[in-house]
Amino acid sequence: MDWDFAATTFWRLMAALPLTLEVWFLSVVLGGLIAAGVVWMRVSGSRPLEILARAYVAIFRGTPLLIQLFLVYYGLASLPAVRHSILWPVLRDPLYCGVLALGLCTAGYQAEIFRGALLAVPHGAGEAAKACGMSGLLMFRRIVFPIALRHALPAYSTEMISMVKATALVSLITLWDVLSVALKIRNDTLVTYLPLILAGAIYFTINYILGAAFLSLERRLSPHLRARPS
Amino acid sequence: MTAAATPALTVKDMRKRFGALEVLKGISVTANDGDVISILGSSGSGKSTFLRCINLLETPDAGDVSVAGELIKMRRRGDGTAEPADRRQVDRIRSELGMVFQNFNLWSHLTVLENLMEAPVHVQKRPRAECADEARALLAKVGIADKWNYYPAHLSGGQQQRAAIARALAMRPKVMLFDEPTSALDPELVGEVLRVMRALAEEGRTMLVVTHEMGFARDVSTRVMFLHQGLVEAEGEPDALFSGATSERFRQFISKERG
Repeated sequence: MDWDFAATTFWRLMAALPLTLEVWFLSVVLGGLIAAGVVWMRVSGSRPLEILARAYVAIFRGTPLLIQLFLVYYGLASLPAVRHSILWPVLRDPLYCGVLALGLCTAGYQAEIFRGALLAVPHGAGEAAKACGMSGLLMFRRIVFPIALRHALPAYSTEMISMVKATALVSLITLWDVLSVALKIRNDTLVTYLPLILAGAIYFTINYILGAAFLSLERRLSPHLRARPS
Repeated sequence: MTAAATPALTVKDMRKRFGALEVLKGISVTANDGDVISILGSSGSGKSTFLRCINLLETPDAGDVSVAGELIKMRRRGDGTAEPADRRQVDRIRSELGMVFQNFNLWSHLTVLENLMEAPVHVQKRPRAECADEARALLAKVGIADKWNYYPAHLSGGQQQRAAIARALAMRPKVMLFDEPTSALDPELVGEVLRVMRALAEEGRTMLVVTHEMGFARDVSTRVMFLHQGLVEAEGEPDALFSGATSERFRQFISKERG
């Protein structure tokens, strides 16, 4: 084994990690914001908004992320209206296209996670809040959301981990993320295993840390689900 | 002064229907300070709905509710259904009515102490330290001072209900509403909750209690209302009512409740 080559490869891959993390972070934040809007529409009680929200989830969960990514990156750029809009400086940049496509997609999943978590909040918790004189907003902020968040965390951590892996798709729209650097090294050197395995190990490590962080957050927020203090 | 004093709570001619079913057909009640009114009736008589309409957890179709002389303002929507005219007034009046639920409805993610402090701090905006002191005193009063740091899931049903009563008291309510507070409890836990309620009655709290506890209704309340099919079938002081002078239906009801 060529240790020098392994070390060089490893550090070249690590140099691409900030971009992978940037795409991940921006897209899950964007997705979270869109998801909040979609959930709000879904439970608003307004029929048209609810249908719109359901359609959103159906489309973005039901089609391959790669198609969504290409439609955003190649598709939008082919529309003159987009090229002449004030959004063009953003949409011509593959980074923002990647973030947008990934964000739109994870929003569909996050919306369903939050909706399920909201449905699992006991009705009585809300009634007790109202009976104490809480306004709708205060009740949501202090009672409903904190309880729903605790319900959402396990599924949410899975989605966050999925998204770390999904960022690898942006290697197909000219971004130099961890995977595209690995593929480039493979192309240049004709060595297949080492770059791909090292890249896989980097994704694995990030996801392992992420999973552990969510688990610890879950435990910290839910002492009421643990055994009674003695 | 006493005769002219404003009642703590008045309800005039309350009506409520769910679809084709008319649950409340015009029920009125006046509770003066210190009154303990037990509301009895078989299942489906409308007693819980009546209580829940008082603090607008259900919206009554018609009827006036006043708390300490302040009328809850209602208006009609385009389709004729009623809604509160001023949500903030409703929130404020709800904060003056302590509600105790059949299923306790404590907030599962907060400790017992945090449950008691939540609304005083965030709704009434009282200082945290003051709310904490008062919460601890209330927990001592209901006999679970040592459980202040527990989560609701770690308490027995009776302890949870006593915590829920303390949570309602922490708002310094003018009137306490109890919606079948012992119906979800194992028989051996009912007594500890009833003892707390009896102590509240004895210190002069104004209380409306929907219940199946005949002993409580008879011994503790100042007045008993018996609902049947959405109407007040019989009403009066417990002694008179339980002696059976007024209503044949009520006689049948209590003989059934005793099994």
